Amino acid sequence: MAIAVRNLTKRLGNFAVEDVSFEVPEGQLVALLGPSGSGKSTILRIIAGLEKADSGEVELTGEDATYMPVQRRGVGFVFQHYALFRHMTIRQNVAFGLEVQRLPKAEIKRRVDELLNLVQLSGYSERYPSQLSGGQRQRVALARALAPRPKVLLLDEPFGALDSRVRDELRSWLRKLHDEVHVTSLFVTHDQQEAFEVSDQIVVLNRGKIEQMGPPQELYERPASPFVTEFLGAVNVLPLDSILSMDTMQDEAPLPVDFPTAGGRARVYVRPHDMELTRQSDGRTGWFAHVRRLTHLGGTVRVELKLLDGTDLLVQLTRERSRELELAEGDDIYVVPRNWKVFEERPRPEDRMQPIEGDYVI
Amino acid sequence: MGNDRASAWGRRLLVGLVVGWFAALILVPTLALARTALAGGFRPFWDALMSADARRAFGLTLSITAVATVVNTLFGLAFALVLVRQKFWGRAIADGLVDLPFAVSPIIAGLMLVIVYGPNGWLGRHLEAAGFKVVYSWPGMVLATMFVTIPFVVREVVPVLREFGIDQEEVARTLGAGRWRTFWRVTLPSIRWGLAYGVTLTVARSLGEFGALLVVSGNILGRTQTATLYIHDTIEGFHPEGAYAASVALAGISFVLLIGMELVRKRVEAHEKH
Repeated sequence: MAIAVRNLTKRLGNFAVEDVSFEVPEGQLVALLGPSGSGKSTILRIIAGLEKADSGEVELTGEDATYMPVQRRGVGFVFQHYALFRHMTIRQNVAFGLEVQRLPKAEIKRRVDELLNLVQLSGYSERYPSQLSGGQRQRVALARALAPRPKVLLLDEPFGALDSRVRDELRSWLRKLHDEVHVTSLFVTHDQQEAFEVSDQIVVLNRGKIEQMGPPQELYERPASPFVTEFLGAVNVLPLDSILSMDTMQDEAPLPVDFPTAGGRARVYVRPHDMELTRQSDGRTGWFAHVRRLTHLGGTVRVELKLLDGTDLLVQLTRERSRELELAEGDDIYVVPRNWKVFEERPRPEDRMQPIEGDYVI
Repeated sequence: MGNDRASAWGRRLLVGLVVGWFAALILVPTLALARTALAGGFRPFWDALMSADARRAFGLTLSITAVATVVNTLFGLAFALVLVRQKFWGRAIADGLVDLPFAVSPIIAGLMLVIVYGPNGWLGRHLEAAGFKVVYSWPGMVLATMFVTIPFVVREVVPVLREFGIDQEEVARTLGAGRWRTFWRVTLPSIRWGLAYGVTLTVARSLGEFGALLVVSGNILGRTQTATLYIHDTIEGFHPEGAYAASVALAGISFVLLIGMELVRKRVEAHEKH
């Protein structure tokens, strides 16, 4: 394992990292995803040695690094705000880590040229950071971090300070770069789209604890908790009893699922694009709803619906499907869920929502 | 149209007022001093400056300035680092007290030192018993100069250091640099202009210090007489040409220091631009 973290714990006022363990296999690009205050940056800084954990262990390429000083860990670190040395040229910035190793001058020059070439900034070597754009600066920061051939690359919200167009560009560029260089990378983000686009694996954090980890698609299809479900994208949360008592197109239970212990303390999670709208009952299970509002968002249409018991529902359709239905505000229509997830609220242990059997995918 | 004209005249008036005030207050007296000093030609001016007393006085001033500047630069840097980076009980108090020498008249500063380090002072008593003379001697004068100039380096470096943050240092550490190398290669170059300003002001102020030295030195001719004390004495005595010459020399050094500093800064900043 390139990075292994075991039982990491750190308390800082009312904020904490609690008993976090995970591993990053050699050559992978892994995202630490979570809202602000979830402890993701702290974990990254502990791995780099910039902060000390109260307890727990850090292992880098199989070697115990828990008490190793920062400068001997061999990690490349990229900050959100680049942290370029402002009094040095781009070349001097990239060369810094190599000069520290006392490599011969010719070799340093060769390696710096190689890296500036890699980040497509060859013509900028004699400029100062202030003469570069945000995206260029972050590429220099990346080249500087990669120059001494670090064991692992750590990136703390690397695209957070950039405007959205540059951010999108740099994101796909980073993915391509990683496919070329193959350095084990761990990056922190609060943006689920970014995590999905770039990483091989995602570790989802909430309040200092790991909620779930796995490949992006698996997390999306089989979220382990309401938090993960909600954090990974827009979702409708419906109280189960409201759904159970709902009118259906046929007189059967709206959700063909058996809830042994659920009672009223379970909730149904349905994503807006996991529902179909139909004019006619076609024999499938569904709900009757009233169209309150239509919003056109370019390629898709957002439909705000109200179920008969007053529950709000958000559905996303393609523009074509909306046109086909001749959908208008004020219409009454059937809603057919294709895919949903039910979480039962358990009073004990830990008062957390647990997934229950019977998740339904058509 | 009429309005524009009026505002143009208003602007001219404002510029005229500012320049006139500056001239009346600083420029004219400076030129007057230079003229008076050189009234009899360059030769008498030079002779006055090269008199044994004057040379000794300047030598003393320069030695005091050198030591006070070096110590205050190191101490001021450490103080600024502590104020910005460390959290400790009493930091706010320390932060406020650094400015005390600005607020207190130098003559009072001198008095404070005499009370502590004088022949009958709390500490001075024991030091004198051990044969170490502080007040009315060179160490006391360095002490007084340092007291008066403490705030300069601290005050110039603190904001620069705060703005600099710690990201760049942390990056340097991850790139394999130890604390010492990080300080020399990353921190110091980033705060050098703030530091250089502070040092320049410290030197200029040390050269011109008078009040605190007057109290602490005892003004013993040829032994504890600095350039400013020499000027003071020669005005009161009967050869003011010595006072004029020394004044021009002293003011000239400070002036060149400030201008030189400004020029170098402009050049380097044109390179880097922040």
